[in-house]
Amino acid sequence: MKILKQITTIITLLCFTICFAQQTPASDQVKDFAIVGATAHIGNGEVIENCIITFSNGKITRIASNDVTTSLASNHEIINADGKHVYPGFIVSNGTLGLVEVDAVKASNDLSELGTYNPHIRSIIAYNAESKVVESMRPNGVLLGQVVPRGGRITGTSSVVQYDAWNWEDAVIKMDNGLHINWPNSFSRGRWWLGEDPGLKPNKNYSKQVKELGDYFNEAKSYNNGDKKEPHLPFDGLAGVFDGSKRLYINANDEKSITDAVNFAKAQGINKITIVGGYEAGNITSFLKQNNVSVFLRRVHTRPNNEDDDYDLPFKLAKQLVDDGVLVALETSGQMERMNSRNLPFYAGTTVAYGLTKEQALQLITQNPAKILGIDAMYGTLEEGKSATLFISEGDALDMRTNQVIHAFIDGRKVSLETHQTKLWKRYSKKYGVED
Amino acid sequence: MMKRTVWLLIFMCSISLFAQEYFPSNSGVIANNTNYTALINAKIHVSPTTVIEKGTLLIKEGKIVNVGATISLPSNTTKIDLNGKSIYPSFIDIYTSYGLNKPKRATGNLPQYEASRSGFYWNDHIMPEQDVMASFKYDDKIASEMHKLGFGVVNTHMPDGIVRGTGALIALNNNADNSMRVLDGETSQHLSFNKSVASRQSYPSSLMGSMALLRQMYNDAKWYADGNVDTRDLSLEALNKNKNLPQIFEANGRANVLRADKVGDQFNIQYIIVGGGDEYERINEVKSTNATLILPIDFRLAYDVDNAFLAKTLSLSDMRAWNQEPHNPRLLAENGISFALTTHGLKSKKSFKDNLMKAIESGLSKQTALEALTTVPAKLLGKSNEIGTLKAGSYANFLITSGDIFDKKTKLYENWVQGTPHIIANMNVKDIDGDYNFNLAGKVYDLTISGSISKPSAKLISGDKELGIKLNYSDDWVTLTFKTLDTTKTEYIRVVASATDSNSLNGKATLPNGNELSFYAKKAKKEVAQDKMDDKNTESKPEDEPFISPITYPNLAYGFSEKPKSETLLFKNATIWTNESDGVLKNTDLLIKDGKIAKVGKDITDKRAKVIDASGKHITAGIIDEHSHIAAASINEGGHNSSAEVTIEDVIDDEDIDIYRNLAGGVTSIQILHGSANPIGGQSAIIKLKWGESADDLVYDKTPKFIKFALGENVKQSRSRFNVRFPQSRMGVEQVFMDYFSRAKAYDELKKSGKPYRKDTEMEVLSEILNKERFISCHSYVQSEINMLMKVAEQFDFNINTFTHILEGYKVADKMKAHGVGGSTFSDWWAYKYEVNDAIPYNAAIMHNVGVVTAINSDDAEMSRRLNQEAAKSVKYGGVSEEDALKFVTLNPAKLLHLDDRVGSIKVGKDADVVLWSDHPLSIYAKAEKTIIEGTTYFDIDKDKQMREAIKKEKSTLVNLMLKEKNKGLKTQPVKKKEKVLLHCDSMDFNTTEKK
Repeated sequence: MKILKQITTIITLLCFTICFAQQTPASDQVKDFAIVGATAHIGNGEVIENCIITFSNGKITRIASNDVTTSLASNHEIINADGKHVYPGFIVSNGTLGLVEVDAVKASNDLSELGTYNPHIRSIIAYNAESKVVESMRPNGVLLGQVVPRGGRITGTSSVVQYDAWNWEDAVIKMDNGLHINWPNSFSRGRWWLGEDPGLKPNKNYSKQVKELGDYFNEAKSYNNGDKKEPHLPFDGLAGVFDGSKRLYINANDEKSITDAVNFAKAQGINKITIVGGYEAGNITSFLKQNNVSVFLRRVHTRPNNEDDDYDLPFKLAKQLVDDGVLVALETSGQMERMNSRNLPFYAGTTVAYGLTKEQALQLITQNPAKILGIDAMYGTLEEGKSATLFISEGDALDMRTNQVIHAFIDGRKVSLETHQTKLWKRYSKKYGVED
Repeated sequence: MMKRTVWLLIFMCSISLFAQEYFPSNSGVIANNTNYTALINAKIHVSPTTVIEKGTLLIKEGKIVNVGATISLPSNTTKIDLNGKSIYPSFIDIYTSYGLNKPKRATGNLPQYEASRSGFYWNDHIMPEQDVMASFKYDDKIASEMHKLGFGVVNTHMPDGIVRGTGALIALNNNADNSMRVLDGETSQHLSFNKSVASRQSYPSSLMGSMALLRQMYNDAKWYADGNVDTRDLSLEALNKNKNLPQIFEANGRANVLRADKVGDQFNIQYIIVGGGDEYERINEVKSTNATLILPIDFRLAYDVDNAFLAKTLSLSDMRAWNQEPHNPRLLAENGISFALTTHGLKSKKSFKDNLMKAIESGLSKQTALEALTTVPAKLLGKSNEIGTLKAGSYANFLITSGDIFDKKTKLYENWVQGTPHIIANMNVKDIDGDYNFNLAGKVYDLTISGSISKPSAKLISGDKELGIKLNYSDDWVTLTFKTLDTTKTEYIRVVASATDSNSLNGKATLPNGNELSFYAKKAKKEVAQDKMDDKNTESKPEDEPFISPITYPNLAYGFSEKPKSETLLFKNATIWTNESDGVLKNTDLLIKDGKIAKVGKDITDKRAKVIDASGKHITAGIIDEHSHIAAASINEGGHNSSAEVTIEDVIDDEDIDIYRNLAGGVTSIQILHGSANPIGGQSAIIKLKWGESADDLVYDKTPKFIKFALGENVKQSRSRFNVRFPQSRMGVEQVFMDYFSRAKAYDELKKSGKPYRKDTEMEVLSEILNKERFISCHSYVQSEINMLMKVAEQFDFNINTFTHILEGYKVADKMKAHGVGGSTFSDWWAYKYEVNDAIPYNAAIMHNVGVVTAINSDDAEMSRRLNQEAAKSVKYGGVSEEDALKFVTLNPAKLLHLDDRVGSIKVGKDADVVLWSDHPLSIYAKAEKTIIEGTTYFDIDKDKQMREAIKKEKSTLVNLMLKEKNKGLKTQPVKKKEKVLLHCDSMDFNTTEKK
């Protein structure tokens, strides 16, 4: 109750300060901030107890243990965070936030495009910076994410954004730096309406589909090596994969598909490879390491794929990959993935219950995705010189029991924790006089 | 001999052609053959239990006149000597669609809610009036196939629809017409759960809908028979007329066997039930149906597991089925369950014999096998005096074999039906199988002939070379064509030789150059020796005891080989969340005895108890999920806008792995709700997750009665392409309720008045609501509709019990409190459709704060295994106290389900449904270590680890056996990935989890 009161007060305060500012992105950092006394979770596995963090102009100027008394410049706004926890902003990997507002309303859906090979399709221009779903991420510490299109064999090009922006240009951190492929399925279904068994059987067209993809890449390569007099937008879209400016994300889950996918990419001379899904990646960790392949591991809160699988398999996959030294981040796709992305911290928390340390789990949603997404120079860890994209939680942010975000900053900008949802909460609590 | 048979054949043919004495003949004189035929010196299996070692079967005009060791033969008797051969009654296949074509699938775009016919029952899928003879056409070709398998008589029916009409008994006599072959044009009435493909009428769209429809049909038939209906209903008339025929129900699987029997029992009908071959999984339950079964033997092929990657996706249950299915007939027989065998379900009828042999190798006794193919089906059809045995007076339907019909090596020579022989193999052909050698042009050759009676083939070796050879054998003459030894040329030597004596072949060889040489091949003696050696080998080296996978409860991974038992358990030093006024007790002991909470307190001792150290751990009441869709074979009956007559209790799936996974998340009780396809859904099943128990035993004793209602986007079919079903707006939804409750009220008043009334299950169920005997859990989202339903209920003087989902409950929490309805909601779901635009994670907190009994549910097989964490979100969103938050998933759902006197808290006397947690139960770091229901531990984290090992081991054993089978050259099938949705599309059971 005490915590609640505090929060309510803080939120009410915030409400006053930015009274009609719900959805209004925060303006650039003017004042310097100092967060004092918190336990800082750096994001790289380290923890600094009783920490002092200062940041100005959007960048962390200092992060250190607070045991030596240090004087702060007077312009610092000091946030006393005794007993609280500071984290780098959590990062959504393989997310689709901003591309769909309401799943069942087709008019609000910009998730995928017609066609099988769409390397030229760019998700960023459809990103809705004003989405009510996006703003609901911030109160849980989820501040950054990848915007990924879906569908087809080559789904298109992704970008990375921060979740407090006026428009997509304002939101973007890295533009068009990922290309996404759905690897052919190992299993396919019979067409029951033609009297075929509708069950899942090995996909007879698998090698044909892999070859088609290879042919497409080869053609694109030839085109990009040529004079390009006759424009070909899709082939242009693949250029970045060949020159290394785009990372190749391949959705594949079973051992064989992953192996085939990695070998395919290597044969194409591609070195920045990430497997998305990776349900059976744990069986081939040395192969993945050897080829410098990272993994966006499929959503932790899912059911096992097969009846015989360990009930906790999706919970413990991360541990095996981490133990074996694979660079892994947690991805969010699946049922109701957009609104559920705010549960990203708890996906990480679950991996702690099933083997990882809390700091290792934290890496899966901070440092590791930042590295894979190519934003680690500025984001993903709390280090001097990096962006002040961080938040303060009353308690352990990986546990819903204690995740209570009281301040969040993106590039030093103090962002609103108000949402469409908190507004309704307050309006109706007030109606009944149960504000607490 | 041969000649005589042919002559006989022609003769028999003429008999049958002129069988109808009153038919005029314009093709000659009327000449009936009234001679006798005697088959003498045969070993005669008069019935499965009576054998005459050397006897005579005397037949005349298609029927058996006499049978015995020594019987006197009239002077006009033609004798056939069958010395050394055996005679069996021919087989009967009681379950076929012989001579019939399934109707064409109806096509169209718009959903069809009304019937296509008039003058018949209101549902197109009920067709008891269907007369099989109207579309029957005798099929010589398939008859010949059946002859080869030993069948002489089949019962046939139209395999389409829920009630399919009458079946007919057909003698597979290829030399007669239907006047003689149709033994009975109305032998049986046929039923199933599957709709007719010929009609697109939507209802029923689910298994439970089919069950409800059958029940209503029987009620209506009685009402009709009692003369209460002024109009004509040809379907019900036919149903009443067919009442006394054997009722054959196609269930195709053990779960549906039990379901069919349940429907039958309610109307005092004992169905004969067509099983699925998996009855061994629940043998006791199947036995208690008292039904005679018709068993298919379509045992699955081994899976091709060469590719280890693909093989990994095979489920243990599918692998086990391959291993266990052949034991099904034996296990049923051992348990005293009577059955007939059928070719139904076989993809290729030819595999019948192989599969029958497999069943016998798996221990099915030959006598039972013969009974299942002769006397049992005859008795089921009430035709024991005509078919199934070789008693005098029966049809002359019998098989002539070289010996024991259930021996692999035995040859079936002739299949006689109504005195007409159908030759499968010439029984007078000499068996010339064996190894021969011969000299030709100075070269020595070794010739091996095999399959000379059924499918002759030869192998030829000279020196170290095997030569390509073709062999033909008929009428005691052999022709051979083989390549010369000269490999540089493609030239052939041809041989024609007679096999007059059984030890040699005598004839001529023609060389490539045209020269003719005499040919003489002598049979080597060693064949006999070889045989003996073989025998010796099998005797001296018994095969390894074949591996049989254990049958577990349920029969899949993580099933129990022995059902776990209730124990006396003493937990020491736990932190106990009582959910009672005691609050959270630290360092406290908990004693569980006789399935109940016996004691809660400090320093409890009990000599007989198993003591469990719970220091540092937490114990809570088991989690209760108010809204679940796991463990059900179907969820939605969307064929009508009201389906109050259907019940999920009919379709509980006791082998859903999600039951186990939910246990591993601390869940002990769930309400399986009908889906939200229509405003008035179906009745719920409220079950305990007693993993391993059968479906009916999962349901609560004296279960509270619930029904699902639904409002909003789903019921008005917002995302359907078609706008043909009422209602299409929230306005219409209200009127559906007004309509049904007004009618239910009138119905109930009529019923209570004592006047005759048409029993209507739907109205009965709605009356229960009006009489406050059944409670509504209503799927709801926006405030307007929530308000509306409360007002409708108030007009009819009852209360809504629970609003489920209720995501805008916070907007009308005061009204809900005033009405007295509870709210069972999601912790934080939203944004999945338009009507959840204003859904907020603070909903539970606000409703709770206003005083509404609030629960958090899953509606999702994944979330349900983390409901404790979902409850914890109410601490995060809205600051509910931890104790109250835990009640959102324990005591409060118990209250909403009217079960709080039995479960939901840790209180002496309540059911011992508890969970031992490794950590604070609201923490993401907590794992359920033990989940206990009524003192029985259904999930144990340590036992789970052992099971994982056992699964791995059993799977590798089975993989090895499958590899062996493939290496033996036996057929395999591609790996199939098991999915949760297993229903066939024909059944129109979409079975997908309701979308919120």
